[in-house]
Amino acid sequence: MGAIHEKYLRMDKLPHIWCPGCGNGIIMSSFIRAIEKLGYEKDEVAAVSGIGCSGRITGYMDFNTLHTTHGRALVFATGIKMANPGLKVFVFMGDGDAAAIGGNHLIHSCRRNIDITAIIFNNHIYGMTGGQFSPTTFRNKYATTAPYGTTDPDFDLVNLCIGAGASYVARSTSYHAKMLTDLFVAGALHKGFAVIEVITHCPVNFGRRNEFDTPADMLRWQKDHAVRTAKADMVPMEEMEGKFVIGELIKKEKPEYVEEYDRLIETVRKGDAHRE
Amino acid sequence: MAKKTFMVEVNRKTCKACGICIAFCPVSVFTTDHDDKAVVDKPERCTGCRQCELLCPDYCIRVEENSNG
Repeated sequence: MGAIHEKYLRMDKLPHIWCPGCGNGIIMSSFIRAIEKLGYEKDEVAAVSGIGCSGRITGYMDFNTLHTTHGRALVFATGIKMANPGLKVFVFMGDGDAAAIGGNHLIHSCRRNIDITAIIFNNHIYGMTGGQFSPTTFRNKYATTAPYGTTDPDFDLVNLCIGAGASYVARSTSYHAKMLTDLFVAGALHKGFAVIEVITHCPVNFGRRNEFDTPADMLRWQKDHAVRTAKADMVPMEEMEGKFVIGELIKKEKPEYVEEYDRLIETVRKGDAHRE
Repeated sequence: MAKKTFMVEVNRKTCKACGICIAFCPVSVFTTDHDDKAVVDKPERCTGCRQCELLCPDYCIRVEENSNG
């Protein structure tokens, strides 16, 4: 426990409920390091989460926090940002939140380009509810609802977000904790909707059913299967099979939603809404 | 110049015995106790990479540089 944890976490709520070796704890640590780097006051940060293991994160961090309904964290966050654009809004979602029940909200937030940083904890499973397979569970992996392996192909969340028009998309893993902090900083500084997918590990409900004996084995898997963006172009296609790229995947300028909305209000007030 | 030395501390109360620090310490500073929790065994080996501090999901590890070198 460092001074940084004492500064940003609700110490009376710790230890957290996450299982031994869970990646969520590592991500929370990387996130508060990012806030420290950004120099934000605790009161100017709003953290919003959905349901599931990842949803618990807002209970532990000492910011303006909101624990919302399943998949709807982005909707609440949009409301917060529209009402108070001065707040730095961060959304924490699991793969169930982001890719399944809240998939629609994710793509439309990408399209709107509202100035929110969305962090997706992708552990490839519904951990809290008992290990059912999720839209991001890899094919032929085991889950309580797939005792013979899943037949569904998994969702590629970063490409989904890029396709939906997000102006900042990045990916990292819970093993690459330092890089994660840098990406959270870059995402927060980006004007527009920033998505950061974190490939994390669920040692209990995913790992135990899929031949990962320890949480460390899962972190090693991340280390061995992640290829940095700078290197990805040089790696032959066949070697990229089953691997994934980490780092900043897209970063572009696009009109930001709250600013556009304010501009529209101003135009309408002046009475020249229909002027070309 | 004297070699840098570090103080490594594990909070036994919050450690959940996940084994991540033990697996990723490049110089094997840690060992385990009867509950499989991490115990600092050879702090003199620590190079201060802070990988354990960074990857501990329960924030039980503290690494600090010794001021007297």
